[in-house]
Amino acid sequence: MQPKPLALRILDIAAVVVLAVATYMALNAPLERVMGEVQKVFYFHVGTAWTALLGFILGGVFSVIYLITKNLKWDKFQVAAIEVSLVFFLITIVLGSIWARPAWNTWWTWDPRLTTAAITELIYAAYFMLRQGIDDPDRRARFGAVYALVGALSAPITFFAIRLFRTIHPVVIGGTNPEADGGFSMTPDMLSAFFFALFAFSIIFIDLFWNRIRLGDLQEKVEQLKLKISM
Amino acid sequence: MADRTTSRGSFLKAVAAVVWKDVRAEFRSRELFSAMLVFSLLIILIFNFALELDLKTRQSVTAGVLWSTFAFAGTLGLNRSMAIEKDRGCLDGLLLAPVDRSAIYFGKVISNLAFMLIVELIVLPIYSLLYSVNLFQPGLLLVILLGSIGYAGVGTLLATMSVQTRTRDILLPILLFPVVIPVLLAAVKASSGVLGGADWEEILLPLNLLIAYDVIFIAVAFMVFENVVEE
Repeated sequence: MQPKPLALRILDIAAVVVLAVATYMALNAPLERVMGEVQKVFYFHVGTAWTALLGFILGGVFSVIYLITKNLKWDKFQVAAIEVSLVFFLITIVLGSIWARPAWNTWWTWDPRLTTAAITELIYAAYFMLRQGIDDPDRRARFGAVYALVGALSAPITFFAIRLFRTIHPVVIGGTNPEADGGFSMTPDMLSAFFFALFAFSIIFIDLFWNRIRLGDLQEKVEQLKLKISM
Repeated sequence: MADRTTSRGSFLKAVAAVVWKDVRAEFRSRELFSAMLVFSLLIILIFNFALELDLKTRQSVTAGVLWSTFAFAGTLGLNRSMAIEKDRGCLDGLLLAPVDRSAIYFGKVISNLAFMLIVELIVLPIYSLLYSVNLFQPGLLLVILLGSIGYAGVGTLLATMSVQTRTRDILLPILLFPVVIPVLLAAVKASSGVLGGADWEEILLPLNLLIAYDVIFIAVAFMVFENVVEE
């Protein structure tokens, strides 16, 4: 087995460090006047959401590249991106729910963003169920890519479709929806904590993504060795 | 080299041949059609008790009940239609035929759509009769046609994948429902608009969404279908 590349080891450590710093900055950022402590959830909520969406988009792009090139490397990348994103997005939803309880007085509402988030989670959960049911690696990659593509196209359409109704989700960055509930403006300290959280989660995402790709390589090797033994 | 000439012959001929094969097989066995129809009626029966469909609730939920019925009965039909191909090796036979793979896709979509529409056309008068609402309105028929096209278009692609996995029939609804939500959403909205006598402009928005979905997903399925049947 090859040892972990040095760059990846460094990135592992960096990921832990930036997470700690981001936590410290979020906890020390000024309190928001109306919502108080619970607003701190926001830094990590947006951080995980941004990286999760990035991963889903990457998954869609990799699936197109795979379908064109038929190189299994892209399939590994796609699985890695979607798997990490699935976890991050779940964290986003849970954090959002924790925030929504005091801010909106409910754990959940059928707002476009929330509904689309739930459906997106279900799409990618289905993606892994599909992959699990197929043994042949080529076919698994082809079906996975096709489904990831269909899912990546369908999620924005779902969002748009539900958006035909009104939304109460606040748009903190560059948005003024008079009906949004729980919006606020940020002080410079809050902004720096916010941008650092985005940066931290990007690093963590890259680290996990890389580790997952490496895991995919190792999995492939194990499968080949098993085949060799059985022959 | 008689086959070569047919391959150069019209694409439509190949599509028609696939449809004709399905229609004839179905005409002889009537398995798929009778199962879908009886299942639809049972779902309406269940809704009748679950929702207490009295005069007042009926007005607001008719569109939802209809589309849930069509969606559930639709998966039954899609599963069966693809399982028949897979079970007796018919799919391999179809793939050996020297025609474009997308001709097989369009043939299957049209036959699946035809079975869905026939079942829907029988469910509508029965529902009208049971609950004394007139469902035979041109607007509603148009919505049902557009919704069924999108459903059958995506459903055929996903059913082709799901029958080739280990979990087979239980996988199809899990794959299909999250990506087909825009269709159901727009169709329910348009149907309840038509039934509630809303303005044409209000109905136009979900109708446009249905048309956009149909075009996008049939185009994507047409492009990727080759990947889900390749051996």
